Amino acid sequence: MTDLTSLTIAEARAGLANKSFTARELTDAHLAAIEAARVLNAYVLETPDRAREMAKSADEKIGKGEGGPLAGIPLGIKDLFATRDIRTTACSKILGNFVPPYESTVTSQLWRDGAILLGKLNNDEFAMGSSNETSCFGPVVNPWRREGSNTHLVPGGSSGGSASAVAALLCMGATATDTGGSIRQPAAFTATVGVKPTYGRCSRWGIVAFASSLDQAGPIARTVRDAAILMRSMAGHDPKDTTSVDIGVPDYEAAIGRSVKGMKIGIPKEYRLDGMPAEIERLWSDGAAWLKAAGAELVEVSLPHTKYALPAYYIVAPAEASSNLARYDGVRYGLRVPGRSIGEMYENTRAEGFGDEVRRRVMIGTYVLSAGYYDAYYLRAQKVRTLIKKDFEDCFAKGVNAILTPATPSAAFGVGEKGGTDPVEMYLNDIFTVTVNMAGLPGIAVPAGKDAQGLPLGLQLIGRAFDEETLFSLGEVIEQAAGRFTPPRWW
Amino acid sequence: MSVDATTVRRIAHLARIAVSEAEVPHLQGELNAMLAFVEQLSEVNVQGVEPMTSVTPMEMKKRADVVTDGKISDEIVANAPATENHFFLVPKVVE
Repeated sequence: MTDLTSLTIAEARAGLANKSFTARELTDAHLAAIEAARVLNAYVLETPDRAREMAKSADEKIGKGEGGPLAGIPLGIKDLFATRDIRTTACSKILGNFVPPYESTVTSQLWRDGAILLGKLNNDEFAMGSSNETSCFGPVVNPWRREGSNTHLVPGGSSGGSASAVAALLCMGATATDTGGSIRQPAAFTATVGVKPTYGRCSRWGIVAFASSLDQAGPIARTVRDAAILMRSMAGHDPKDTTSVDIGVPDYEAAIGRSVKGMKIGIPKEYRLDGMPAEIERLWSDGAAWLKAAGAELVEVSLPHTKYALPAYYIVAPAEASSNLARYDGVRYGLRVPGRSIGEMYENTRAEGFGDEVRRRVMIGTYVLSAGYYDAYYLRAQKVRTLIKKDFEDCFAKGVNAILTPATPSAAFGVGEKGGTDPVEMYLNDIFTVTVNMAGLPGIAVPAGKDAQGLPLGLQLIGRAFDEETLFSLGEVIEQAAGRFTPPRWW
Repeated sequence: MSVDATTVRRIAHLARIAVSEAEVPHLQGELNAMLAFVEQLSEVNVQGVEPMTSVTPMEMKKRADVVTDGKISDEIVANAPATENHFFLVPKVVE
């Protein structure tokens, strides 16, 4: 039997259906792979007992012909999703040993459809980071290495554990979240497929909040089809999230292989940065050529406020974070560090519980919302956000179906290489992805090539609101043309 | 705009995060790097532009005013650092 962990979700689904193997066998193969890959630090909690229990139930249901769309498919869950009776930390010391007495809506839908929980995946603390180095559990290692080098590279962030685990065959797919690029940037760094759905497409209920007007859950998988399969289970209206949208969930998988002939693809000139590496330029033009060969029409478009998206994000996101993270006060759950008064207890708890990046963002968020500064910073940033959204609306109004851009300005970098002295250096990683969150649109990152050092690079497609299907159709074209990329196993 | 050491201490207090004197210069540098980065927004003409208040244009949904949950006090206090009879315990706030 071939190694079960290397199957795609679509292949495993077929194998389970025709009884080539059982959910238990598929689960055990993944549990063994996870055990052998602890050097990657992708999982912060392995749940083998729960996994085998769920596999047993999946096998029974499959046997009776009652298996759901994800019956028997083993997944990893980002530690930002609350999982009932299973420790959920957001990879922050402040949540300590928090064990939720409830399940997030997105994960509950995955279990409803028969998926299996392998464990909880590492991420940047409270999803604040672009390299997975801010986690209180330590950095995640990218399964990809530069040719001829043993240097540990970051998998990107904040969903670094999800991306690394999917790329290293430690789960068949993973949940992730994206506030400024946290699904698409790690997907690009690991040659996996990452989807950031339209704001409101997936319920945020039960996901540890970072910046509520930007956060959105989505899948990371090894193929576009697998991502589409996971999306169908993750998406959907939830009365418990008032921003979740009450429209039907399409069969995203049906969009795979659908013709893209005659579609208009925008190439935004503002994404062509000064000093952009030649290999990123080449990747971008390759992507355009593949879409053209499939019958799409390429048009140059302008998104004039692009350069303001990242600075506006670094006002809006920290402001919302400072408000969301006010709940961590050492009273109702998580860490408590004593003090002589209740005020001192709050201050000591938060000083001890938050890492450097989180503290920095809570402080900047507090500042921009404070009396006298609100108009100059927060209000102005929200106005700029309106302009960024309008840029996209104008573009789509001219008949553009989707926009093609690079996913990241570079390939994966080394652990400890960036952001040491200037936090902004790290923030620039999200320059191509953050606009999409600011406008609430869907985006997909698809592996498309390698750089000179043999590291994967990804392309991003940005779609109209609630038109993820077009992104899956176009993403499939890129995947078919570029092929799939698997890291050589060294761990 | 940039922040001085006094402002850094004030922000830390507003955010309820204890910051030692030794950390202030470092934090000041980091916060000023971020403020310098966002400074470029001042060149955008936002005259007459409405601030974004809703990402997806939709009317705020309202839930029916009914009890949908309850009798889960044990679960609510289960993760608390200190409790007594379903109450959260905090340091004394009234003398």
